[in-house]
Amino acid sequence: MATETHGAEEGGLVFHPMDQFIVEPLFGEGAVGFFTVTNVTLWMAIAVLAVIVLMVLGTSRRAVIPSRTQSIAELAYGFVYKMVEDVAGKDAVAFFPYIMTLFMFIVFANFLGLIPMSFTTTSHFAVTVVLALMVFVTVTIVGFVKNGARFLELFWVKSAPLALRPILAIIELISYFVRPVSHSIRLAGNVMAGHAVIKVFAGFAAIAVISPVSVVAITAMYGLEVLVAFIQAYVFTILTCVYLKDALHPSH
Amino acid sequence: MATETHAADAANGASAPGMPQLDFSNWGNQIFWLLVTLVVIYFVLSRIALPRIAAVLAERQGTITNDIAAAEDLKAKAVEAEEAYNKALADARAEAQRIIAEAKAEIQADLDAATAKADAEIAARTAEGEKKIAEIRAGAMQSVEEVARDTAAEIVAAMGGKADAKTVAAAVADRMKG
Repeated sequence: MATETHGAEEGGLVFHPMDQFIVEPLFGEGAVGFFTVTNVTLWMAIAVLAVIVLMVLGTSRRAVIPSRTQSIAELAYGFVYKMVEDVAGKDAVAFFPYIMTLFMFIVFANFLGLIPMSFTTTSHFAVTVVLALMVFVTVTIVGFVKNGARFLELFWVKSAPLALRPILAIIELISYFVRPVSHSIRLAGNVMAGHAVIKVFAGFAAIAVISPVSVVAITAMYGLEVLVAFIQAYVFTILTCVYLKDALHPSH
Repeated sequence: MATETHAADAANGASAPGMPQLDFSNWGNQIFWLLVTLVVIYFVLSRIALPRIAAVLAERQGTITNDIAAAEDLKAKAVEAEEAYNKALADARAEAQRIIAEAKAEIQADLDAATAKADAEIAARTAEGEKKIAEIRAGAMQSVEEVARDTAAEIVAAMGGKADAKTVAAAVADRMKG
């Protein structure tokens, strides 16, 4: 990704590990406006297409004995459905399409980002912060709508001694508001760090002596990133379920 | 990082820190496209994909349940058929036993009848034989008596006496008894 901006710059060892994350317009130069079609747009559109191909076209035959693609779609469905049901409870099944949307988007954005020269949308805080804030706002609203003022019992730890409860309440309150921060930074940070490290190793490949080591390191990192791509999507989704459980059943 | 910053700045035409992620000038753009993406995925999933997959899974569950039920049915039928077979076998055996007993009884009856007939015949023959023997014996006795009487009368005549037929007969009869 760096070649277009750095083609004519200084020779030798040049590291531009963060250039792959630059948001730029797809057509022409200029500033990135609100509705500008950028590489973000392109890769999000590809993610949408991938979701449609897997979940809609893959299941179009509605076969009782599924094809491979349909099996994967059913596997994804069962995976998230079971997670929602087990972690957040039966009454959280109403939120299943929402959680499925989050999971499908993150998992596809992560895996598409692993294609060389691609753009990883989930490596941007702008994206993950919005995702996390959506979960945070949803969970808070659901908590108050379903439980009213009893939602505040979430911060009042009944199992602790009375004297400790106000202190714990403050800690719980802080941890509650830190949730979207950790929720978003965990995803973007993991994805970004892995991609940046691969880029750094790729930079070392310019030196002939080190290049074999570098190639091996890139391969190893890539393998790790494949794991991270799935695990981070899983972690984001399961944390959403956990927060949802807190909102639906606030008493500890 | 310094060169990079410049590069990023040059590319974006904005003063951003080292990480493009912290270049807030493009956040609006990303957020806008993210929301579009999420809305599209949400509608595709909730309107088309998820109901369809749920239906397929339910249908498969139904098919499996039906197949299991059908298998149970067939199994029950097989057990039934086996019972029927066993019953038929037992019936046939009982029938065979009955026929054997009947035949035996018939044969026995025939045999008894034949035996009885044979016995009766034998008895009749025996009786006839005995009768004949008795006749013959009686005849023989009569002949002996006659001969004895005649002989006695002759002897008496030869002795010079006059044989009274009645007396001779009585004497002979007396002797014959003793």
